[in-house]
Parts: sequence; C-alpha cells; structure tokens
Amino acid sequence: MWFRQMVAVGLACSAGAAFALPVLNNPHGPEVAGQKVLYSVFSSRPKHLDPLVTYNLDDSVFIDQIYEPPLEYHYLKRPYQLQPLTLTRMPVVEFLDAQGHVMSRASSRTVYSRYTFEIKPGIMYQPHPAFAKNKKGEAVYQFASAAESKVITSFSDFTETGTKELTADDYIYQIKRMADPTLQMPIWDLVSHYIVGLTELRDDIQTIRAQYPDQWINLNEFLLSGVKQQGKYQFTITLRGVYPQFKYWLAFHFFAPIPMEVDRFYHQPGLAEKNISLDFYPVGTGPYRMTKQNFNEEIVLERNPNYHDDFYPSEGEAGDIENGLLKDAGKKLPFIDKVSFRLETEAIPVWTKFLQGYYDRSGISSDSFDQAVNVTVEGIGLSDDMQHKGVQLSRSLDPATYYLGFNMLDNVVGGFDDKQRKLRQAIAIAYDQQEYISIFSNGRGEVASSPIPPGVFGYQPVGLEKKSIADAKRLLAEAGYPGGRDAKTGKPLVLNLDTTTGGSADAARNTWLMKQFKKIDIELNIRATDYNRFQEKMEKGNAQIYFWGWFADYPDPENFLFLLYGPNGRVGSGGSGVNSSNYNNPQYNVLFDQVKNMEDSPQRLAIIRKMLEIVRRDTPWASAFHPQSFVLSNAWVMNFKPHGISKSNLKYQNIDEALRKTKRREWNQPVLWPLVCLAIVILLVTVPGYRAYQRRMTRKVLQGNSQ
Amino acid sequence: MIAYIIRRIFYAFPILLGVNIITFALFFMVNSPDQMAQVQLGIKHITPEAIAHWKTQHGYNKPLFVNAAEDSKGYFTDTIFFDKSVRLFIFDFGKSDQGRSIAQDISERMLPSLAVQIPVFVIGLSVNIVVALMVVMFRASVFELSAMVICVAMFSVSGVFYIIGGQFLFGKLWNLVPISGYLHGINALPFLILPVIVGVISGIGGGTRLYRMIFMNEIHRDYIRTARAKGVSELGVLFKHLLPNAMIPILTGIVVVIPSLFMGSLLMESFFGIPGLGSFTIDGIQAQDFSIVRSMVFLGSVLYIIGLILTDISYTLVDPRVRLS
Repeated sequence: MWFRQMVAVGLACSAGAAFALPVLNNPHGPEVAGQKVLYSVFSSRPKHLDPLVTYNLDDSVFIDQIYEPPLEYHYLKRPYQLQPLTLTRMPVVEFLDAQGHVMSRASSRTVYSRYTFEIKPGIMYQPHPAFAKNKKGEAVYQFASAAESKVITSFSDFTETGTKELTADDYIYQIKRMADPTLQMPIWDLVSHYIVGLTELRDDIQTIRAQYPDQWINLNEFLLSGVKQQGKYQFTITLRGVYPQFKYWLAFHFFAPIPMEVDRFYHQPGLAEKNISLDFYPVGTGPYRMTKQNFNEEIVLERNPNYHDDFYPSEGEAGDIENGLLKDAGKKLPFIDKVSFRLETEAIPVWTKFLQGYYDRSGISSDSFDQAVNVTVEGIGLSDDMQHKGVQLSRSLDPATYYLGFNMLDNVVGGFDDKQRKLRQAIAIAYDQQEYISIFSNGRGEVASSPIPPGVFGYQPVGLEKKSIADAKRLLAEAGYPGGRDAKTGKPLVLNLDTTTGGSADAARNTWLMKQFKKIDIELNIRATDYNRFQEKMEKGNAQIYFWGWFADYPDPENFLFLLYGPNGRVGSGGSGVNSSNYNNPQYNVLFDQVKNMEDSPQRLAIIRKMLEIVRRDTPWASAFHPQSFVLSNAWVMNFKPHGISKSNLKYQNIDEALRKTKRREWNQPVLWPLVCLAIVILLVTVPGYRAYQRRMTRKVLQGNSQ
Repeated sequence: MIAYIIRRIFYAFPILLGVNIITFALFFMVNSPDQMAQVQLGIKHITPEAIAHWKTQHGYNKPLFVNAAEDSKGYFTDTIFFDKSVRLFIFDFGKSDQGRSIAQDISERMLPSLAVQIPVFVIGLSVNIVVALMVVMFRASVFELSAMVICVAMFSVSGVFYIIGGQFLFGKLWNLVPISGYLHGINALPFLILPVIVGVISGIGGGTRLYRMIFMNEIHRDYIRTARAKGVSELGVLFKHLLPNAMIPILTGIVVVIPSLFMGSLLMESFFGIPGLGSFTIDGIQAQDFSIVRSMVFLGSVLYIIGLILTDISYTLVDPRVRLS
C-alpha cells in the first residue's frame, strides 16, 4: 500500500497536479472501512492482567474495559457517584447482631453488615475457548497432561470459542480466589479483616495445596462462610462490623467475576509454561476484549460482540450539556469498535503524532506546554495553534495529594515538643507551594489545605491567610534556632532533603528548594540517591525531609486521612505502611478510628475538621498540593471527560471518523521540494565533480605534482 | 583451522563465565532482590509477604553466590547465581521477571533489529568506502580538506542529534515518513527509511575518516604505481587494485560487527519505537529485570566472540599468507 502511495506521489509531482497528495507518514496499519478505531499509547508494559493481582494504574487502563465488577462510577456526575453495573440495583445493606438478627446501623449490638446483590440476567462473557463445548456439552479443550497440550503453542491455536451467562457463582468464585495465597492479592489484609470466613478459607486452601501441590483446585468445593449464593443471580457478602467504604471496592476490578471454567481452563497442564494464563489473556463481560497483546508493540481491544445493553448517561453535572457531553444521551454503548494502544517510550514522537492527528488524545509534557497552552491574566487556555486545529482541552483536579513531608521519627525535624513543632511550622510558612506549582508544574495544581483533595467529602479549599517570613523567623527562633543557628552551639542548622537522582529538571527544583529554606536562614542539603536507596531510607526511617504523593483508591476521606494514621507508619509496618511521615498522634488516631467507618454527615465533617486542625498544628507535612490533569483531545474526539477514579471509560467515547480522515489528510501533506532541491544539488555537484575528475586525470606529472 | 576454531570455542567458556560473574556482581551491587520485587510488583500496598512470595516464585529467595546453609553440593548450586547465570551456557534463557519467555522475546525481536541494522550496515559501509575513495582520489586538494573538516564535524555530533533532527525534518516538517513506530512484513518499509538514513548519515564522519586512513596507507605502494603505469584509469586503480588490498584492515572492523547486528541499537530503537533487541535490553535495565539483563549481556558476549572467530577465518580468505594455528 505504501508503494502505491509513493507511486501516486511521484505521478502527481511529475504531472504537476494541484490536488492533495496521499499521506505518507501514517504510522498505523491499514484500517478497515467503517470501523471506528481510537488510537492511544501506553508507555510501560502491563505487569498483570489478572484482576485479582494487579493494583497498578497502567494495568487498569486495559482490564477495566474488560472486567465488570458489580458497581461502577457514574461517568459524568460529580462528586463521584456509584451506580449498579451488572446489578439490577445497588446492593441492599443490612446490619446483623451476633445471632444474625437484623439491627439498625447505629445499634451497639451490630456485629456484621450483610450486602445482598442481584445480578441482571442475560449478561454474557466475551467469546473464549474456556467456554467452548462440543455436542455432548463437554469442554472442547481438556488436556490431561502437558503432552496433550503440546499442540497448543500460542493462544491463537484455540480456534473454537463459546460463551456463558454471568451468574452469582462467578462473583463468589473470584472472592474465593482472594484467599489463594499463590495469587498474593494486594489488599488481602483488608479483605480478610472484613469478609467473614476468608482467613479460614485460606487455611483450607493451604492445607489442600500442601497435599496436592501440582493439582488444580476447584474453589467451588470450598466453603466460604461469609459469602453465600441465594439463587442463580443472587448472593450475599457478610462483613465484620460496619465498613461503608466497602461499596467503593465493589467498583474495583478485585471484585470482577471469574467463572470456574476459566480458572480450570488456564490451569490445564502445559499452558502456564507457554504464558497462556489469566495474567496474559483476560476474559470478562465488559464492552471490550483483548484481541492482541504484544506488550512490545501494541495492545488492541475490540468490541465484545456479546456485550449486554448499556447506555450513555442522560444526566451529568452543570456544564456537561454546554460541553457537548450529553449529545449521545441514551445511545447504546460502546461507540468505538477498536482501541489500539501503541507502546511509546519517548515523549517527542507521541506529541508529534498527536499534532499530526495520529493519536486522538495526549497529555502535555513540560517541553510542549508552551506550544499547547497560553497562560494569561484571564487564566489558562489553548494556544492559537491548538485552537486553529480544533483541539479541546480538558482540565480536572486529580483526587490526589502530593506533599513535602517530615519524618516524625527524626530527632531534629520530628517529634511533638513545642520547639520541634515550631521548626516545622516555620518551614511550612517559608515554603511557597504556589510558586512551586507555577514553576515546576506549569500552574497545573492547587495548593492543598489538607490531605483531602477536591471532590472528596471533607475537602477544604485554601482560605487561611498565609503568614509572613517574619512570622516564620520568629517561630524558628522560638524553636531554638534564631537566625538559622542552634542557640546553644551556634552551629548553622542544616537539614536534609532525601530524594531520587534525576536530570536537569531536578537540579532546577533543588536550587529552588534551597532558596525556600534560605529565606529563614536554614541550609538545605540535597541527598539524592537512586530509587532503591531512597526506598530503603524511607523504610528504615533514615530520611529527614522527602517528597511523596498519594492517588485515591476511592473518593472517601478515609483514603487520605489514613496517610497520617499512626499504625500505618512506614517504619513500624516494615515498609508497607502508607504513613511515610511516621506521624503518630494518639488524639488523631482516636478520631480516625471514629471517623473511618462513618457515613458522610455533618458529624463526620466536624470530626474531620478536628483532625485537620491537629494536623495543622503538628505540621507533619510542610506543604501539599493537588495536581491538575490537562488532557488534549483532537477535534473529532467526543464525549471525553476525565474521571479521577474510574478507568473504565472507553465505552463512552466516540469519534467522528470522517473528520479525522479529513484533518489527517490536511495536516500531513508531504512536502516534496526538499527532495527536488536535493536532486538539483546532486546534479549541480556531479557535473563540476566529473570535470574536476577529468582535469585530475589529464594533469601532467612534470608540472610539479608529486602525488 | 578446525582445531583452531575448537580451541577458540573452549577459550570462550572462561570468558563468558567471567562476563556472567561481573554482570551478576554489578547488577546486585545496585539492586537487591527485595527492590526488584518492589519494582515488579508495582503496587501501592506492598507487603513483606508479597515480596517474599515474589522472590520465591522467581528464584530470588536464595543467597547470591554461595549458600553457607547447604552441604558441599548445594554450597554453589543452590544460589541465585547458579540458577540464573550458569544455565545460560546451554542457552536456557528462562523467563523474564514478568513471566515471559526470554527466548521467545529474543526470536520475535531479532527481526526488527536486523531490519534496521543490516541496511544501515550495508549501505553505510558502501557509502563510507565510496566517499573515502573519492577523498583519496582528490587527495591534497581543497576537496579533501573540506571533506575531512565536514567528517570531523559530523563525527563530533551526538547520534541523538541526528535522530531528533531526522525525525523533525522528515517526519514532522516534511511529512515524508512516519516519525516512529513499526509494522511487520512489507509494511515495515516506511518505518525503516528514516532510521536507516539517520544511521548511515551519523556514521559517515567516523567511517570515512577510518577508511581514508586505510586507503592512504595503500595508495603509495608499488602495485598502485604499476597499475597506473599500465594505464589503468584512476577509478580502476582505486576499486580494482586498492580496495581489494585494503580489505584486511577493513575486515577487522566489519566482520566483528556482523554478529552484533542482531543486538540492535539501543538509541535508535528507543527513539524510533522499533521493537528490537536494543530496546529490549534498555527496558530490562529500566525494569531491573535481571533475567533479561543477564541474557542480553551473555548473548552479546557470545555474538562478539563469534565475530572475532569469523574475523580470524576471514583473514585466511582474503590473505593466503595467513594461516590459523
């Protein structure tokens, strides 16, 4: 095809035709007419595609289009709201006493909470060989030994497929898989704490595994006391105590259904050695299925032909109508037939291909920020070039918090006595977070007044008046370091920022940081090491001041307040805790234990305010900010709205294929004059070059030429 | 010659063992199995149990070099080094830390590397030799001086400049070729044009200077004067007499490179998005995947040794005076 295009270009040039030339720089393969394809990128290979094992944003981009947990987030509404995905309605929650009698939530006898789920009938899995059956109703692919499965060398050798209806036992099977110690579910500690019977199930599985180490175990034969099937489409989950955040996990792929047939299929002898496993070949009921998984080049998702009825939302938040986000209200999903993700490790080619129209969306790196965006007194907007191309800019504050923290175990900056507190408060005043955002994030962020980001209950916009440097110096003096020197020894106060080694951008940031501390006469020493050493320092409590961040698992304040919860300390937990400051205030801890399981209410808000006041006084973090995402979409991309929590949004997006084709053609006309010039230059050089050769050959020896 | 080749192959074993030991030592000097587990697990809540499980699954739960807890047999064999590195000698590359077959990845990625490297090599060599011969033909002239100055300038410029400049001009400004990417089969051709052009142009400076120096050593020989005296044209003198006699030093540099073509170019493949062995190695280093790193270092060493042996054999073909003993 490329050759034909080149010939066409050559003919057009020679004929001097004035019509548009064919495009030569398309990096995508031949497209099927009438098929809507979205082109995107991935920069790092997925680590796991098993929904129980992965806890990685990079993996979620793919598997969240394939797997369907019971709930999902509403695409358009803000604050984030949950809604049923495969259920007929939201799960019914009942509170039980020790004998199983239904109680009220507030009752002191409440010991358990029981969730009842009802699945919609008729939801079918994607076509998959695990479901292929012969005329007798037996599975087509059954291998008793590795020798029998030798004929299968790759997944594409499975030519027959089938499907199956989603039923309650599929969800139950997945919950039982959580107890399998070989899978190492990331939040095992949490689910085993709450789901009744899960710890006992793990013990049972370990016992059987010890006896039959190489045999596949059918988890349907094991009892899980806290999860019961009530019918073909109904099941219940019983939790210990009250755990309102459990509903958010029900929207996470950990709770996606996995039928026993799939587990048995992938555990057949000889398949794991060929990487034919659930970790490489996901299978779900979602709008897409993975049809190509070359992690070195391209991952392709294609429409699941068996996808159930699902429709574009008919309501959103204020401004969605004006932004054209409700034009497709009520229409059947998904709109896009195929999504192609190409591996791109360098930023420049991605940006260039976006400008050429070959990628439909792009982020904005610092290098291309000025090219894409204008920052004026009125605010941030697209550059003229982007506006001319019809590019759309979507901005959203991420449910995330990045902060500069103090190690509270350090004997200089840590601790709870008055002087240590004042030292931290002085630094917090001197550190200009807004300036940091302006310089190093191109203004993409908002100064945080607390760990809780926008869109999450308990969020507080910055309102407190910032204190002056004079106040900071006064606090520093009260802390025992007047003028930045130890009042007793006279030595200058030198603090250490522990960070990872980086490039020139880090050098600029470090210089800026040193200036911040210099405002109050403190010397800041940058201790940059590689990532592994830095992690080791954090785990052992050897860091003094550091940068860290947290992205929400779910939109609940507990998911951010726990970053300062004492028992979550990184050092105390052997490195697995999220409290990187090792902050441990008993009063805060007590309030956290109260607030973590409360529903959103004025009472909860009041407790959160008290907790934030404690944190403000103790200042375990010098400063924090909530990052803002800028995403650019080409003019033909429709229905795109960034969602801070959910990644399962490809089904809502749409593209105007005809517009894309027109724009690509317009933007990528080959420029041929350089080739013409090169040909002319070669010609111009050849003629005198030949003459020079002739002169050299006919030159007489005796005329003083000694070569 | 057969005895010579067999002897060289035996000499290769201690060399490869040394390469393995050094690679192993250097890698684990900066990475510990715990840290590798954290990078591979890549999850928010990494528990000590998850790290221990990963290490057990991937064979990193043993001591590095020696196992003091084992008896004499297991002292050396029940270690990470024995498991991961000694098996390479039977070309058992095993699986990467992400669970993919390394041998399969190598076989898949070799072809894209060769698709770029072979044209760069053949075309680059041809262009360098022709330009060097032209410079020799116009020696002691303004042309030679200018050419050498340009060659030094081109040689001094970083390869990354050529890559980015080529992408900017040909891919972005003139829209003549895709800026990066790769498709298989015949569809790969548009994606190879720019990397090949960049590879050839970036090598002209150094290659021309090297071959010019080799040719200048030969141009004053008696057989050249004799050829001229017989009335052979200057082009005939250069291509039919000078070039064949300059082949030995040229072969030194060429044949040893040929096996390394399989390994690809780290920079080119990263920037042009070519899924070859060069980008495979870079990705393995960035992911702290020891299985990939040790496989690629071992494979590179084997190919280099093969290149050296082939160089010695090629001497006997171009110079009948040379005997291997």
